[in-house]
Amino acid sequence: MNARDEILARTRAALADVTPSDADVQVPWTYGQPVEVGDVLATFVERVEDYRATVVRCAASELPAAIAAGLKFTGTDKAVVPTGLDPEWLSAATGVRFVSEDAGQLGNDDLNRLDGVVTAAAVGIAETGTIVLDHGPGQGRRALTLVPDRHVCVITAEQVVSGVPEAVARLRPSIAARRPLTWISGPSATSDIELSRVEGVHGPRQLYVIVVG
Amino acid sequence: MSEQTHQRLTPAPPSGQLIDSPRFPVAAKHELGNAQQRANLRHATHTIRDKRARVVGELDNWEQLRLAGEAIKNKVLRNLPDHLVRLEASLTANGATVHWARDAAEANRIVVGLVQATGSHEVVKVKSMATQEIELNEALEDAGIAAWETDLAELIVQLGHDRPSHILVPAIHRNRTEVRDIFREEMGRYGTPAPPDLDDNPANLANAARGHLRDKFMRAKVAVSGANFAIADTGSLVVVESEGNGRMCLTLPDTLISVVGVEKVLPSFDDLEVFLQLLPRSSTAERMNPYTSIWSGRREGDGPQDVHVVLLDNGRTRALADREGRQALRCIRCSACLNICPVFEKVGGHAYGSVYPGPIGAILNPQIRGTASEVDRSLPFASTLCGACGDVCPVRIPIPELLVHLRHEVVEAKKADHGVHLPHAEPLMMRSGGWVMGDHRRLEAAQRASTLGGGLLGRFTDHLGPLPWPLSAWTSARDVPTPPTETFREWWRRVRGDDPGPAASGDTPAGHTPEETR
Repeated sequence: MNARDEILARTRAALADVTPSDADVQVPWTYGQPVEVGDVLATFVERVEDYRATVVRCAASELPAAIAAGLKFTGTDKAVVPTGLDPEWLSAATGVRFVSEDAGQLGNDDLNRLDGVVTAAAVGIAETGTIVLDHGPGQGRRALTLVPDRHVCVITAEQVVSGVPEAVARLRPSIAARRPLTWISGPSATSDIELSRVEGVHGPRQLYVIVVG
Repeated sequence: MSEQTHQRLTPAPPSGQLIDSPRFPVAAKHELGNAQQRANLRHATHTIRDKRARVVGELDNWEQLRLAGEAIKNKVLRNLPDHLVRLEASLTANGATVHWARDAAEANRIVVGLVQATGSHEVVKVKSMATQEIELNEALEDAGIAAWETDLAELIVQLGHDRPSHILVPAIHRNRTEVRDIFREEMGRYGTPAPPDLDDNPANLANAARGHLRDKFMRAKVAVSGANFAIADTGSLVVVESEGNGRMCLTLPDTLISVVGVEKVLPSFDDLEVFLQLLPRSSTAERMNPYTSIWSGRREGDGPQDVHVVLLDNGRTRALADREGRQALRCIRCSACLNICPVFEKVGGHAYGSVYPGPIGAILNPQIRGTASEVDRSLPFASTLCGACGDVCPVRIPIPELLVHLRHEVVEAKKADHGVHLPHAEPLMMRSGGWVMGDHRRLEAAQRASTLGGGLLGRFTDHLGPLPWPLSAWTSARDVPTPPTETFREWWRRVRGDDPGPAASGDTPAGHTPEETR
């Protein structure tokens, strides 16, 4: 018997005592419900800041200036631009050199020489201060928000939901389209030394979030 | 630090096999002698306990989440063949290649073969309990492939020629100064050295790890990971992490091989809304961990294009066959039970002789490895049965009940070994105890005998160390207070001699007046 069939046979034998009614487990949970967090946007901002990320809010018309300020604040000189990002967003950041992948993907070492990235986002979660990327247009392939050391991330007010259940429900179409998902809660961090949290390991050490609207 | 054996590519772990570890009480005694480790563990476990209590307290529906987590996992386990077949189909449809491994040796053979097929002589690794369990790194080393651990704590363990002692924080037994010394000494031998002036500030230590691993990430062609969850309906794997080393491994190489225990399957993507609330709060005691990666096989133009998943049994179906014991397979490896455990706090993880230490290890190892080894037979007894582990478990595994259940299994296994029912010290003592306590005269006589000993010994010590057999079974791991110099009955007569009380039987000495009232 091959390994697959043998493991499945072992599994069936192991469960010989389980009756159909035992197997029909009811999960006492209603999926996709909002959670109570009060002001969703205010909570989102507060919780993202708790991770020592920087958060600013602006109106849609102020976005290019806010992005320019974010790049300056984080000290970004050379930034990669994801495919599909609205060029208007970068119009105010005059001192920054932008590199696109329109002519083909950058190698890891090329990417490693850039110091920042500007992206859009898919969903924000207030209760946990989380941003989810589904790597659709304007968010870039996964490496772009990983290798450069600074991430300026733009999220709209409508994208922010109360809690994890609503976020999972909203991400259903993305996962159905087989898109990868990256959930980001603050800059990279570790608690591996004496269980005390240190921000900044391999992922971007600075996360700068702009909430629009 | 250790001798360099010939031609090794990666730092050598300690010699010997985990399964040959001594019995828990023997190993515990050794570990308890390490005062530095005890201090490190106490500091770390108390820090995380308090943090966990705080973030769990933020959620009004924590108990509902636990009930949901328990039910979802029960649903998976009781229908495991169906979910595995669905998972295989959806992963395959997403462009991943699914492999099945009956045991550690088979899993290692598969992974080694896949790496060899790429022509690469090194892999970067995401922290993974399953690959620790099958000792994949050594199998790769034997095949001339260097496996680089990239999680900070795993890196500390690997560079320190050490073994992990905790599920979440494998280097929990090390403090910052020890980490600095390991980094300074070892990093340069295996890649980018630590800065020469490296101090023991955790931020600087993390930065040294970033520098050391950066070019390994940039050049790696193959990565090996585990998975926290495998989603059957969408064919997705989930890795929950903090540092971004996981994302590096899951994103940059061309080939990704994930070794996943068969119990990791979840029916639906929707179920993540329960587990992504339970796991981070129970594990690192955060509202959410910094990074969670979810990928569905191969994605054109983004990440590894050669994607493999190895579904691992390695004793899990053995555990599944035990009606009670199968509940341990609900475990999501959060390590809350380790952090709360009074035994783990003192002894640390190495004494458990497994990559799964602490209360969950004490019930998981004897089930997935069986009860043939000395260490596995001793693990169900490595507990005070205080119950704290069961209370914090996010999927409501009744760890204390399973410990008792497995103690019974171990006793049965020993009996089967000996072929006959050998007299065991504990039932004998219980029987004679029952005889003594069955009659108040016998009890009083026994108590008087014990106060005599207490009066004698009390002049020298306040506790008794090891006693001769059969009492050694109890005292090998415990001190016994010296017996009191006066029994309760004697005290009662002395103090309340005039009041026989409802329980007294009329033989109280007459004319005895109390000296004092307490």
